[in-house]
Amino acid sequence: MINSQNIIARSATTTPPPQARSHVEEVAKLIDVSKCIGCKACQVACMEWNDLRDEVGECHGTYDNPTDLTAESWTVMRFSEHETADGNLEWLIRKDGCMHCAEPGCLAACPAPGAIVQYANGIVDFDSNHCIGCGYCITGCPFDIPRISPKDSKSYKCTLCSDRVNAGMEPACVKTCPTNCIEFGTKADMLDRAAKRVGDLKALGFRDAGIYDPAGVGGTHVMYVLHHANDPNRYSGLPKDPRISPLVGAWKGVTKPIMAAIIGITAFAGVIHYVTKGPKEEPEESADDDPTTRGYDATRRRDDAEDRPHGGDR
Amino acid sequence: MAINVTRRQFFKLGGAGLATSSLAVMGFAPEPAEASIRQFKLTHAKETRNTCTYCSVGCGILIYSKGDGAKNVEQNVFHIEGDPDHPVSRGSLCPKGAGLLDFVHSDGRLAYPQVREAGSDEWKRISWDEALGRIARHMKDDRDANFVQRNAQGQTVNHWTTTGFLAASGSSNEAGYITHKVVRTLGMVAFDNQARV
Repeated sequence: MINSQNIIARSATTTPPPQARSHVEEVAKLIDVSKCIGCKACQVACMEWNDLRDEVGECHGTYDNPTDLTAESWTVMRFSEHETADGNLEWLIRKDGCMHCAEPGCLAACPAPGAIVQYANGIVDFDSNHCIGCGYCITGCPFDIPRISPKDSKSYKCTLCSDRVNAGMEPACVKTCPTNCIEFGTKADMLDRAAKRVGDLKALGFRDAGIYDPAGVGGTHVMYVLHHANDPNRYSGLPKDPRISPLVGAWKGVTKPIMAAIIGITAFAGVIHYVTKGPKEEPEESADDDPTTRGYDATRRRDDAEDRPHGGDR
Repeated sequence: MAINVTRRQFFKLGGAGLATSSLAVMGFAPEPAEASIRQFKLTHAKETRNTCTYCSVGCGILIYSKGDGAKNVEQNVFHIEGDPDHPVSRGSLCPKGAGLLDFVHSDGRLAYPQVREAGSDEWKRISWDEALGRIARHMKDDRDANFVQRNAQGQTVNHWTTTGFLAASGSSNEAGYITHKVVRTLGMVAFDNQARV
């Protein structure tokens, strides 16, 4: 399903990607929040498959562990306790991680060529070999997902197990999920399943049940079924209408080519000037070797400093 | 090493650097050939079916080890995931099962029999032969001393209440049947599986 020819977008790259293949089906992961029991098997399976081992944390008085995504925890369960208007408590558990947007803000913001790629099947993947650790992907992400590792200053996030999907398997979190809360398939199939599940939830009395597949980022390849789709913010701050920051568009869309052109024109003008006018002629300084006129002899001063073992203090 | 750069040379170098980097930004730079960015790590791994050791649910697992089993290769387990063909779990695993790999390689894992002698505070490594021999000896001595053939009313009971038996968790029906037969044959009454973890 994935090979190098299937990359349809590549960060900071102007060469158009291969586009002849038109029959690659988009994949999606469907997370049915209403079925999640917060067991965190997905967190463990993710770490195991991706060869990550985050540091053992401390209990902060909640079930959130770790309390936030890190460069070594690509998915975390977020627990929120919501009190309804009629005084009932809802314990809402959401598996947080990369949403694999159809229009990824991280990829748009990334200045390192090839550090972020998008495959034809919809997976957005980070190639850490090319990452320069600038953190623009975090600014570009409407969901605040990527994290810079303090170990190597490179950015990491969920890959939707692109290596497993490539081999015809499902992501590790999907496979391990004991409650059938995480499912995987083509995006069309997942939308079908989600619609059925929303119908079930509505029949159970959740009038506002719905699918979370936000159009502001072109739709996502990780979708949620929410019992309160009218208020996604209730699920530990899931944005209602996520959009890529306008700063990313300004930086990559307008500012960057203009600035590059100005710098390029300046350099070009310099070359033209050099060719037409030649180098600037300076009068020969005949007394160049005379220390009295030179005033500052860098070589001698350095030698002096080396002679003093306790530094160059005078 | 000192590099003596005049002010003029500094400006030249800086200008050249700026010009080349801006040219690269405008697309005048060769692109590296794109290889597949993530390799599949189970290719040619040896796959072994097994049962999770943790609880009585007995989920099926697939153990992946490096090497294909050739005689010059030392096998090493490097990945474990659920067995989709197992009727109990159909490929899923709970967080404990999903983390079995670190259980396999744990430093604290018991890998051989040990004994703490009466009055000692140290665990001493012993051989399997010695361990099984001593356990059998203890069982025989205790059974000989405490086996009850008839109760106070003179009814035949044939039971042995001073020793208990805790069996494994991930046992099949057949293994449970055999365990039951062995234990009950000895007259043992206190008998449980590690079935309620």
